[in-house]
Amino acid sequence: MNSPEDYRSSAGKAAADTRLHSALAKMRDKVGRNALNLYTQVDAQADPRLKAKDVRRKVVNNLDVVLTSLAAKITGRGGHVHFAPTDLDAVEYCLGVARRHGVRRVVKGKSMLSEEIGLNAAFEAAGIETVETDLGEYIVQLKGETPSHIIAPAIHYSREQVGELFAEKLGEPYTSDPPTLTAMARKALREKMLTAEMGVSGGNTACAETGHVTIVSNEGNIRMSSTMPRVHVVLLGIEKVAATLEDHDVLLRMLTRAAAGQKISTYVSYVGGPRLEDEPDGPEEFHLVLVDNGRTRILGDPDFREVLHCIRCGCCLNVCPVYLKIGGHSYGTPYCGPIGAVFTPLTRGVNECHHLCQGETLCGACKQVCPVDNDLPRMLSLLRAKLADGDPRWNVRPQSRGTKAAFAAWAWIMSRRPALDLLLRLGRAVQRLLPKPSGWIRRLPGPLSGWTRGRDFPPLAKESFTERWARTRGRKA
Amino acid sequence: MTNRPKRVTLFIQCIIDSCFPDAAWAMVRVLEKQGVELVHPKDQTCCGQPAFNAGYRQEAARLAERFLDVFEDAEAIVCPSGSCVNMVRHHYAELFEHQPRLLARAEAVAAKTWEFTEYLVDVLGVTDVGAFWKGQVTYHDSCHLLRGLGVADQPRALLRQVRGLELVEMTRSDECCGFGGTFAVKYPEISEALLETKLANVQSTGAETVTGCDMGCLMHMQGMITRRGLPIQVRHIAEILAGEER
Repeated sequence: MNSPEDYRSSAGKAAADTRLHSALAKMRDKVGRNALNLYTQVDAQADPRLKAKDVRRKVVNNLDVVLTSLAAKITGRGGHVHFAPTDLDAVEYCLGVARRHGVRRVVKGKSMLSEEIGLNAAFEAAGIETVETDLGEYIVQLKGETPSHIIAPAIHYSREQVGELFAEKLGEPYTSDPPTLTAMARKALREKMLTAEMGVSGGNTACAETGHVTIVSNEGNIRMSSTMPRVHVVLLGIEKVAATLEDHDVLLRMLTRAAAGQKISTYVSYVGGPRLEDEPDGPEEFHLVLVDNGRTRILGDPDFREVLHCIRCGCCLNVCPVYLKIGGHSYGTPYCGPIGAVFTPLTRGVNECHHLCQGETLCGACKQVCPVDNDLPRMLSLLRAKLADGDPRWNVRPQSRGTKAAFAAWAWIMSRRPALDLLLRLGRAVQRLLPKPSGWIRRLPGPLSGWTRGRDFPPLAKESFTERWARTRGRKA
Repeated sequence: MTNRPKRVTLFIQCIIDSCFPDAAWAMVRVLEKQGVELVHPKDQTCCGQPAFNAGYRQEAARLAERFLDVFEDAEAIVCPSGSCVNMVRHHYAELFEHQPRLLARAEAVAAKTWEFTEYLVDVLGVTDVGAFWKGQVTYHDSCHLLRGLGVADQPRALLRQVRGLELVEMTRSDECCGFGGTFAVKYPEISEALLETKLANVQSTGAETVTGCDMGCLMHMQGMITRRGLPIQVRHIAEILAGEER
C-alpha cells in the first residue's frame, strides 16, 4: 500500500500524464457519461438505481440467512463452501486445495477480491504458476503490475505498448493491431488453460435462491477456466449475493450497463458446484470461498453499511474527476477511485489511508452515476470527521492537532462578527506586504502555499459587504 | 406569484463578503429591481461549510447553531452561493441528526433558504430580470449547486433572457473545477490538473466570459486565469443579471 506521501507524489506525476488522461477519457465517454441513459433501458419510469439500492439494502441486512441458503444449495450439489474471516485464511484455504491436488498451474478469471487478499503472490511463493486469463489482467501480469481500473485493468496502456510487451514476453513479432494482439494472447492462454489443474475466478454476484455464483465476461475465458481444470475455486465477497433470482436479475442488468455500457455481457457464467452426472463438462471439485476480511465490521456500523451495497461495477471511477487525472495506480491499493477511497480505509485503517479520505473534491459525480445509488461523498465526509476528532470504535486517532487548533480558532472568530471584522482589517494590512503583480496575491505563506503553487489568490476587498451595508444602510434597517 | 415574500434576508457567503462584495451588491440590485425588501443581519459570518467538508464537525456545528440564531426569524433567506445553501439545506440535518430540537430548527431554516437563481425562478417566477450584457457567456455547473440542490435550468433560463448575451455551453460543464475547499491547498497538483481541463473547456467555447452561481469555483478559475494571463473574464451570475445597457 502507498504511504500518503507516495500518494501525493505519484498522483502528482500522473496528473501531468496526458496520455493516461486520454486513455481514461475513453472510459469516461463510453461508459461513465453514458450510464444514466443506459439505466433508463432497465426502467424508464422509476429510477432503477433506487430499486437496485433497495435490493442491495435488503440482502445486506439479512446476509446471515441469505449466505446460509446459498451455501446449503451449493453443498447439496456436492460443492464445498468455506467462510474465510480474513484474507490470510482465504489464501490458506486456496493453497490447501491446491496442495491436496498437487496443482502446479492455476488459471484465473479476473477477480479484484483475489487482489485484495493477495492470492497471486501466495500461489507464486508456493511454487504454483498462476496465469491471469482476462486479457487486461494478463497484460498487467506480464508487466508485473496490478490493475489500474476495477473493470479495465490495463486501461493505462496503449495498444502500441501492449504490442511491445507481447514482442518482449511472448516472442511474437511486433504489431499494434488489437485483433492480432488478442489472437497472440489467446494462443498463449489456451495452452495454459488446457494444462492447468485448477481454475480460480471471482464472482460478480450470486443468487441464494438458485445456489449459483454469476460471473460476467466478454472474452470467454471464464467458461474455459471454470470448466476445463479439475478443480475450480470461486472467490466471493460475503456481501455480493442476491436473495432471489428476481433480485439477481435487477443487479445483473444494472451491473453490465454500469461496468461496460452493455445491455448484457458477451458471456454470463453461472457456476454452483462440480460437474453432475448428466452434464458434459465442469470441474470434478468445486469450492466457494466466502471472504469477509473486514466486511462484517463495516456491516456493524449503520453509517458505513451502505458501502457494502457496492456491486464493483467501477462506474464511479469513470466519472471521478480525480481518478480521471491520477489513474488507479496512484491510490496504491487494489480498489481505486471513489469506492476504493471509502472501502479501503474501512478495511485497512482510516489513519493509514487518510490520503484516500481527503484526496477528493466531494463533487458528487460518483453518487450520481452509481447503479445502487451509493452515497460515497457522505461516507468520505464521515471518514474525514473520524480523522478530525478520532473515533475509538474504528481505532482512529485525531490526525492533526495543528489543523484541529486552526479550525477551532477559525470557529471562535467566526462566532464573533467583531472579531471577524478585526481580522479582516488586519488581513488588509498584511496583504499589502504580499506580492500582487496582477492585482491578485502571487504567493501565500505556510500551509496556504499549496493554493498559490499554480494559482493566484484573491485579495480582501477594501470594504466587506457587511461593513458597507452597515455604513450605507445600517441605520435604515 | 401571489405568495412571494415581501422581505428577503440576505445570507452573504463569507468569501463574497470579504473578497467579492461587488457580486453581493449586484444581487442586491437585481432583487431590489424585483421589488423585494432586503434585510441584512449584521452578525452573520459563515455557515460552517469549510469545517464540515474538512471533517471538523464540532466546529461546523457551532457555526451552524449560530446561523440558526441569526437567521431563524427570516421570512426567506437568499444566498449567492449554491454550496452554502446546500450546507444549510442538507448538511445541517446531518450535524444535528441526534439533537431533535436543533434538527427541527435546522429543518425549518432549510425550508426557507434559497440559492439566488433558484429564488428568482422558482419562488419569484421571474426569468427576465431586464438585464443587458454584451457578448458570449459560458456557464459552469457548480457541483453542490447541481448535484446537491438540483439547480441547472434556473441560471440558464435567466441568462437566456439577458439582452445581448449569447449563452454558449461548454463540454462537461458539470465536471468539477477541482476546488473542493482544503483539497485545493492539500493536493494542488491534482486540483490544478482538474482546473486546467475546466479552463480548456471554457476556452474552447470561444466565450469571453465564464459565469456560475458559486464564488468558490469562480475564484478558483480566476486564480489560474490571473496567474497565466488567460483572456477569459470571470463573473458571478449576479453581476451579469445586474448588467445595464451602456
